[in-house]
Amino acid sequence: MPWTNNNDRGPNDKGPSDRGPWGSDGGDDDAGGSGNRGGNGGGSGGKSPWGDGPPRRTPTPRPSGNRDFDDIIRRGQEKLRSSLPGGGGGGGGGNFGGGLEALGGKGALWAAIAIIAGWLVFSSFYRVNPQERGVVLRFGRYVETTEPGLHFKLPFPVDSVTLRKVEQINSIDIGAVDGNAENLMITGDQNIITLAYAVRWKIRNPEQFLFALANPEQTVREVAESAMRAEIGLATLTDAIGPQRAQIAEQVRERMSETLDSYKSGVDILGVDIRQADPPSAVDDAFKDVSAAQQDAQQYLNQSRAYAQQLLAAAQGATAAFDAVYAQYRLAPEVTRKRMYLETMESVLSKVDKTVIEPGSVNTYLPLQEIKKRAPAAAASQ
Amino acid sequence: MTLVRNPILWAALAFGLVVLAMSTFYIVPEGKQAIVLRLGKPERIVNAYKPNMPFGVSGAGLVAKVPFIENVIFVDKRILDLDMEAQTVLSTDQLRLVVDAFARFRITDPLRMLQTVGTETNAADALKRILTSRLRNELGKQRFAAMLSPERGQMMDDIQTSVNRQAQQYGAEIVDVRIKRADLPTGTPLESAFQRMRSARQQEAITIRAQGQKQAQLVRAEADAEAARTYAESFGKDPAFFAFYRSMQSYRTTFTDATSTIIMSPNNEFLKEFEGNRSNR
Repeated sequence: MPWTNNNDRGPNDKGPSDRGPWGSDGGDDDAGGSGNRGGNGGGSGGKSPWGDGPPRRTPTPRPSGNRDFDDIIRRGQEKLRSSLPGGGGGGGGGNFGGGLEALGGKGALWAAIAIIAGWLVFSSFYRVNPQERGVVLRFGRYVETTEPGLHFKLPFPVDSVTLRKVEQINSIDIGAVDGNAENLMITGDQNIITLAYAVRWKIRNPEQFLFALANPEQTVREVAESAMRAEIGLATLTDAIGPQRAQIAEQVRERMSETLDSYKSGVDILGVDIRQADPPSAVDDAFKDVSAAQQDAQQYLNQSRAYAQQLLAAAQGATAAFDAVYAQYRLAPEVTRKRMYLETMESVLSKVDKTVIEPGSVNTYLPLQEIKKRAPAAAASQ
Repeated sequence: MTLVRNPILWAALAFGLVVLAMSTFYIVPEGKQAIVLRLGKPERIVNAYKPNMPFGVSGAGLVAKVPFIENVIFVDKRILDLDMEAQTVLSTDQLRLVVDAFARFRITDPLRMLQTVGTETNAADALKRILTSRLRNELGKQRFAAMLSPERGQMMDDIQTSVNRQAQQYGAEIVDVRIKRADLPTGTPLESAFQRMRSARQQEAITIRAQGQKQAQLVRAEADAEAARTYAESFGKDPAFFAFYRSMQSYRTTFTDATSTIIMSPNNEFLKEFEGNRSNR
C-alpha cells in the first residue's frame, strides 16, 4: 500500500519527532491519525483547521489522549535529542519547539503531511485513454511509452507523463477549395493548375514525435507541399487534372513518408487526397471549349452514323424489293413487264391532263393559256 | 542549545540546502543538449546528439554539476526549421521562376555553435544566407524545365553536401533541403503562360472538331459505298429490267399532282391499242 510507505517516508524527512505518536499507537495508522487530530482540536480550541472534527466524535477520551501524546512526544523528543545529536535530531526539536507553543502548529503539520500524502498518491497514477499513448519522462529523461490503461509512476517532480493521441487522424488542408486565392502550381509541361489537397497523418511513435522534430506539424505541411510540387513537376497537365490524380496522390504519400522517416519524425502519412486539380480560372473557358469541341465531334459522328444507317436501310429495302420483283419477272418476263408498264401508266395518267395528238395529221398548238391558268390555281389551292 | 532551537537558523540552513541542491542538480530534457561551462570554460556536453541514439540512454535527465562555479547552457537537439524567403531565379534559357525552399537542420556540435554564432536562431540565420545563395547559384545553372523538378537530378543533394561543409563551421548539419514552391512570377510571365495555355486549348478544340468532321465524313462515305455496292449487286443481275423497273417507279413519283399535262402521240406504246387490231404495226 503506497499510503503507509509515503507516510513513513514523509515524517522521516520532516523530523524524527513524529515517530513518537506512530509508535505509541502500536502501528494502527487510522486510529493514531484520528486520535491525534481529535486531541489537537480539543486542546487548541478550534485554532487548528481540524476544529470541525471534534463535535462528531465522543469528546471524553481525547484530553487524556492528548496529554498522553504530549508526554510521549516530549519523551520521544528528549530521547531523540540525546540519541541523535546534531542536524537531524536538532531539526526536529527546533520545529517542534515552535509547534509546542501553539498546538495548532502540530495540526498544520499533520494536515501538510496528509495533503502531501494524498498528492503523492494522485500524482503517482495516471490514466492513458484508448486513443492515446503516454510518454513517461523521469527528470526529463525518456523512460518508456505506455499503452492505454491505468499506470503507476513515480510522483510528480520525478516522473511526468505526456499524453499523445496516436490513434487520432489529423488532417492538413493545403490550397483553399472555396477561397478565392488559388494554389497555383506548374506542371512538368509548363502549364499551370490550381490544386487543393488534404494530407491525413497520425503519430506512429510518440517519443519520436515529441523529441525528434522542433515543429512536427509544420514539418508535415512543408514536406507535403514539397512532395506535391515535385510530383506535379513530373506530371503533364492532362495527367495532373485527369485520371492520373489518384496515382499522383499515392506517389506524394510515398515521397512524404520517405522524407519524414528520414527525419525520424514518428509520423505516419495515411493518405493524400487531391480534392481539386483544375486549370486556373483565367484559362477555364478555353478548357471548357475543349470539352465542348469533344461534344461537337461526337455529335458529328453520331449524325453521320444516323445517315449511314438510313442510307443502308434504304438500299437494303430497295434491293430487297427489286430482288423480289425480279424473281417473279424471271418466271414470266413479257407479261410481267407489260403488266407493270400498264399499271404504272394507268396510275400516272389517271391523275394528269392528257392531250393526244396524231403526229403529221393535225396541226395544233399547245394550250399554253390553259396551262398558265391552271398553275396559279394549283398554287393557291396548296 | 538556544542556537539549535532557533527556527530562523534552521530555515536559513534549509534554504541554503535548497539553493545548493538547485545549483548542483539540473534537468536536461530529452530534446536538448547541455553545455556545462566551468567559470566560462567549456567543460563537457551532456545529452549530445549522436546519430541513431535511442531515447532514454543518451544522458538526459537529472544531472549533477559542481555548484556555483559551473553553469549550463541548453541547445536544441531536435531537427529545427529553416524557412527561406521566396526568391526569383533566372534560368539559363532566360525564364524567371519564384522559388520558395525550406531546409531542416540540427545542431551536431553545440559548443562550436555557441562559440561561432551563440544561439540556434543565429545559426539558422547564417545557414539561411548560405543556402539562399547556394540555391540561387545552382538553380541558375539549370534550364527552366529542370528547375521545375530539381529532385529529378542530383542537384538538391549537391546543394546539401556543399552547404553541409559550411554548416559544420557553425556546428550544424543540414538534414534536408527541399523546394516548397516554384512558381512563375505574377504579372507578364504568368499572363503569357495563361495565354499559351489558352491558345494550346484553342488549337486542341479546333483539332478535335476537325477530327470529328473527318470521322463523320468517313462514316458517310463508307455508307455511300456500301449502299452503292448493295444496289449494284442486286440491280446488276439484269440491267435492262432494272432500267424498266426503276423508270416505272420514277413515273409514279414524278407525276403525282394534277398540274402536269401530258401530250402524247397515239404511236405511244400505251395508246397502241387505240387503233384497234391494225395488225402488227
